[in-house]
Amino acid sequence: MLRTRKISLLFVIVFFVLLLSSGASYGISEQFKGKIYAPGSLKPVDSSTELKPGMKAPVFTLPSTGGEKISLAKFRDKKNVVISFVPAAWTPVCSDQWPGYNIAKHIFEKNNAILIGITVDNIPTLFAWTREMGELWFPVLSDFWPHGAVSKEYGVLRSDGTAERALFIVDKKGIIRYIDVHDINTRPSLDVLVKELEKLEK
Amino acid sequence: MKRKLIAFLAVTACVFFSVQMLFAAGNVPEKGEIFPEITLPVPERTHETEYLGIKEKTHFMISQINADLIIVEIFSMYCPYCQKEAPNVNELFALIEQSEKYSCRVKIIGIGAGNTPFEVDVFRSQYNIRFPLFSDETFSIHKKIGEVRTPHFFVIRNTPDGKGKMVYSEVGSIQDPAKFLERIIRESAIRQEE
Repeated sequence: MLRTRKISLLFVIVFFVLLLSSGASYGISEQFKGKIYAPGSLKPVDSSTELKPGMKAPVFTLPSTGGEKISLAKFRDKKNVVISFVPAAWTPVCSDQWPGYNIAKHIFEKNNAILIGITVDNIPTLFAWTREMGELWFPVLSDFWPHGAVSKEYGVLRSDGTAERALFIVDKKGIIRYIDVHDINTRPSLDVLVKELEKLEK
Repeated sequence: MKRKLIAFLAVTACVFFSVQMLFAAGNVPEKGEIFPEITLPVPERTHETEYLGIKEKTHFMISQINADLIIVEIFSMYCPYCQKEAPNVNELFALIEQSEKYSCRVKIIGIGAGNTPFEVDVFRSQYNIRFPLFSDETFSIHKKIGEVRTPHFFVIRNTPDGKGKMVYSEVGSIQDPAKFLERIIRESAIRQEE
């Protein structure tokens, strides 16, 4: 009897989780056909970063889908850097975030900025997923092993091992100028990012 | 005990799906159905207002567009498929504009699902789009039309009462623009009304 009650309770919980998960709002590109996994509505932010604008950005070196390793230090005194952490490959909002940046290259260039995309997925997964987006002009880095180490250093590793949907702007001097740890369920608008980029010294 | 469990499971499933249907944004309007009434802001660009033939000052309804056939593309600047399709839709627009018969009767608009006006502008300038594009920043229009995947094309047979039936409602590429135009003209039977 006790077991039945437990199972019933489980069903009730599953029922409400399913119900709540049906409310998220996003557009899905037909590009990905049925390949996008629907995680439902997630806890908006599941970490807390100690980094603040004005602090030095933690340096890192990670492998990219292009084969080479990319270091943040490489851009020192040369470029402003936008670091875009996204939670995971093959999920709805992420699959519709980087392709947008892909047609905004001129805006980044105008502000002497480059973009670095990071997820905690491994290289083969990232390779397959980003290929669906077409040719990306910016590097995509894998923070897979040691798992989420860079995400953790930036304070954006969630308790389930994925990263937050977060944007960091690092200026030419290596100083953090802007942080947006965004609600994981929604896409940050390009407007805000561009306004922040325009404030930087070129 | 097992039977009880199955019954419980069945009831849970039924309640879940019926409640979810209440919450659902509604279905995608299909071919043969009436397109929901959608209100849009009057564009700031005068050539776009002239193109649409609207006289309203602030807002207008899609059915007020001065055309017999209205093609509505639901897109997003973030959608790679929409990016790939953009030159194809431009070609369709050019074909219609060059047609003596149909340039006044067939019009195209685009609605950017979840896109801010700035994001719509990025898409417009990237692909040099000359037909009017609108922002649906809050997904409110997107919800009204069943949260379609992008790009989705609707073609509405426009009538003065706003109850014109749709002749096309499909996700994905329109394929060959000339064949597409021929098809929607044939299926809407607007040719017979000349």
